[in-house]
Amino acid sequence: MSSRMGSQTTATVTPLRRIASHWGILLLLTSVLLLMGASGDTTGQRFDRLGHNLMCTCGCSQILLECNHVGCAVSEQMRKELKDALATGQSDDVILAGFVTKYGPTVLSAPTTTGFNRVAWIMPVVIFVAAVGGLVWVVRIWQRRSRMQLAAAPPLGAGGAGEELDEFRRRAREETEL
Amino acid sequence: MPQLGSFSLLVGLALSVYAFGAGLLAIFWDDDRLGETARRAGIGIFWAVTSASAVLVWAAFHNDFSLAYILHHSNRALPGAYKFAALWSGQEGSLLFWCWLLACYGLVLRLRYKVDTRLVAHASVVISAVQIFFLLLVNVPAHPFAMTPGAIPADGNGLNPLLQYPEMVIHPPMLYLGYVGMTVPFCFALAALIMRYPGEKWIHITRRWTMVGWLFLTCGIFLGSYWAYRVLGWGGWWGWDPVENASLLPWLTGTAFLHSVMMQEKRGMMKVWNMWLIFSTFLLSIFGTFLTRSGVVSSVHAFAESNIGPYFVIFLAIIFAACVFFFVKNRSHLESEHKLESLVSRESSFLFNNVLLLVAAFAVLWGTLFPVLSEWVTGHKVTVGPPFFNKVNIPIALFLLLLTAVGPLLAWRKTSGESLRRNFLVPGIISLLSGVALVAMGVRPWEDVSYFYSTVTIMLSVLVASTVVSEFVRGGLVIARHNQGIAWQGNIFYGMYILTRRNMRRYGGYVVHFGVIVTMIGFAGVAFYQNTEKELGFGDKLEIGHYTLVCRSYTQDDKPNYSSERAILDIYRNGKQIDTMYPEQRFYKASGQPATMVANRSTMLEDLYLVYTGKNPENGHPIIKAHLNPLVWWIWSGAHFILVGTLIALIPNLQSKKKKTAREAALEAAVPVAAGGD
Repeated sequence: MSSRMGSQTTATVTPLRRIASHWGILLLLTSVLLLMGASGDTTGQRFDRLGHNLMCTCGCSQILLECNHVGCAVSEQMRKELKDALATGQSDDVILAGFVTKYGPTVLSAPTTTGFNRVAWIMPVVIFVAAVGGLVWVVRIWQRRSRMQLAAAPPLGAGGAGEELDEFRRRAREETEL
Repeated sequence: MPQLGSFSLLVGLALSVYAFGAGLLAIFWDDDRLGETARRAGIGIFWAVTSASAVLVWAAFHNDFSLAYILHHSNRALPGAYKFAALWSGQEGSLLFWCWLLACYGLVLRLRYKVDTRLVAHASVVISAVQIFFLLLVNVPAHPFAMTPGAIPADGNGLNPLLQYPEMVIHPPMLYLGYVGMTVPFCFALAALIMRYPGEKWIHITRRWTMVGWLFLTCGIFLGSYWAYRVLGWGGWWGWDPVENASLLPWLTGTAFLHSVMMQEKRGMMKVWNMWLIFSTFLLSIFGTFLTRSGVVSSVHAFAESNIGPYFVIFLAIIFAACVFFFVKNRSHLESEHKLESLVSRESSFLFNNVLLLVAAFAVLWGTLFPVLSEWVTGHKVTVGPPFFNKVNIPIALFLLLLTAVGPLLAWRKTSGESLRRNFLVPGIISLLSGVALVAMGVRPWEDVSYFYSTVTIMLSVLVASTVVSEFVRGGLVIARHNQGIAWQGNIFYGMYILTRRNMRRYGGYVVHFGVIVTMIGFAGVAFYQNTEKELGFGDKLEIGHYTLVCRSYTQDDKPNYSSERAILDIYRNGKQIDTMYPEQRFYKASGQPATMVANRSTMLEDLYLVYTGKNPENGHPIIKAHLNPLVWWIWSGAHFILVGTLIALIPNLQSKKKKTAREAALEAAVPVAAGGD
């Protein structure tokens, strides 16, 4: 019985492994392509990117470049400051640090990756890994139990097999109706 | 009249207390007559709250500024539709509106008591408890009939200009119908747990109610998104604002439930999981309401800070404690009949789908609350805005999209590698070809991560579409072949119609999936947007993409409610005039606030979106901001598919009458057992 199940498992896993390896290659290729493409961008693109990393401080709680506050003097001024900083040739980090010094940490539109702010980024990943890992682990346990139950069950074909088969057919119909 | 409103609210509160107390005693004493009085009191709540709501609307239409609420949210020149919308424009009014919707749901629940008298009696007690809380709120801390202190002004402060749009007349009711609608499945689920309900009837009832709530919530979210796009004038439709996030949380858990409930209905699995999904959906609805009304987090469109936060915290704690108590007490009733047998099966795809939806819900909740946590731990606040939510949620959404393609084609219990290959070979090839086509069209996914995400989104969407279409076509062909020779019934389209009618839920679900991918294609367009801003004098030109905008003129207007300025812009494409657009800015007199009226030209490929951002004070020339937003049309089209698909899924199957009668007979046989108690 166990050897039969063993061979079944192998038969199921092999194409999956193949698929997984294909995905792995695809992922690797993609990463390489992404790294190759990570080149410097124009001032306009930098303005757009950095402008989306900053918040308008007028109290509207919106991204600097998306502040829809009609006649907002604050966002106008901040955009000008960003343009001036870009014109001086400063790096992104220096520009953002300058804004933080002037307007405080809430001017950044996302938490940094330093200090306690790291927790903001780490937690969703931890939860994701724990949830998926936990799920795979639980499913494996269920699989093992169900195999053990199957092995312990009396063989089909004894008395009442017809009724049993009818019951299985009824269940199959019900379960696959969806 | 205001006194009548206050009195009605008090009567409503008294009736809800009675419905709760008498309903509870009727269950304990098994007293049908007392139970009937509780049910009628529950119906009475509807009339009391309807009367209070009618009084508030009447006061808005009659400019009764002796009421502080009307003074702050209306004015004489406000158009009628917006005076009606004033009911849900402020804290107190919207809570009253919430009470009214809850009373409506309560009314339907109690009128349909014959569906299962004992289950409804229990559910009615639970809903009465929720009604007590909300009626307490409008009677004490958020009274909509509070009087204006001192002399009564001649005119009101007016409605917030951002709310004076047709979308805002229907968006909040839809959203509230969704939020409040999640109360009913919660009541049925808790009732079933309390009474250890035998059989699965309760889960069918709960699923249908959840689908109704989910439908309204989806409508509300899309309408809110459409409003943000057409009104706020920033060129986007989703800003990951705490208020938006609050609506997304119960939607995500509700979506998870609508998938995992199938495992309980078909295989008797995941009972504990489903119970907690329903509990979580309701708790998150209430939590979202708390977030937007307590001032805990700052938001673009939250209600003003108020003192109702602690009430919500206490209510949430009580509800959570009740859920935990009854779960621990009756946990044995929720044991699974089957276990999962394979990682590659329909069941496990549902499980992974659920896990991903819950991780997404966690990420949204975490990001929304992190500023509060950060302030609490480090002493200073940080901002958690769109960059965070996009980085965390886009990969999760892509995984979900992959599961949307894979899940429906997997077999229950176990799927073989051969079956996987057979089902996915053609859709997989089509999907890969779509990726090649995108690269051929000039998309370079390796240049920027946003291009990469967009390409993957479109490829996965094509994969889902191929699998959905192949399911319809294969099923339709089988039926068409079966009906060969019967006049007009032997064609594939009739076959597909019959296929859908025989299993509305399954094929309605496929239409929903199709809507989701259409929407996702719309989201993918965000990577390719363009924008520019320019001051335009007479005859000046502004170029964006393949459009040229020429300023023909600008005008001014004065209306009782507002004054306005607008630019008249001729739109050229390839040298040929194709349209004239009128971006506008209004100045609302009562509130003294300006607002923009976006001019939008929408096609399947892109939206040309123009905003009048102001004018140069020196020369009076208008400053126009132009956005070119690709594929936005697809977002709203996808929403239509989702709604139609959900409605299809709510319609009973064509040929299930015979089966239903047999099932009903079996369930009816089980009712005396239920009546017999635990």
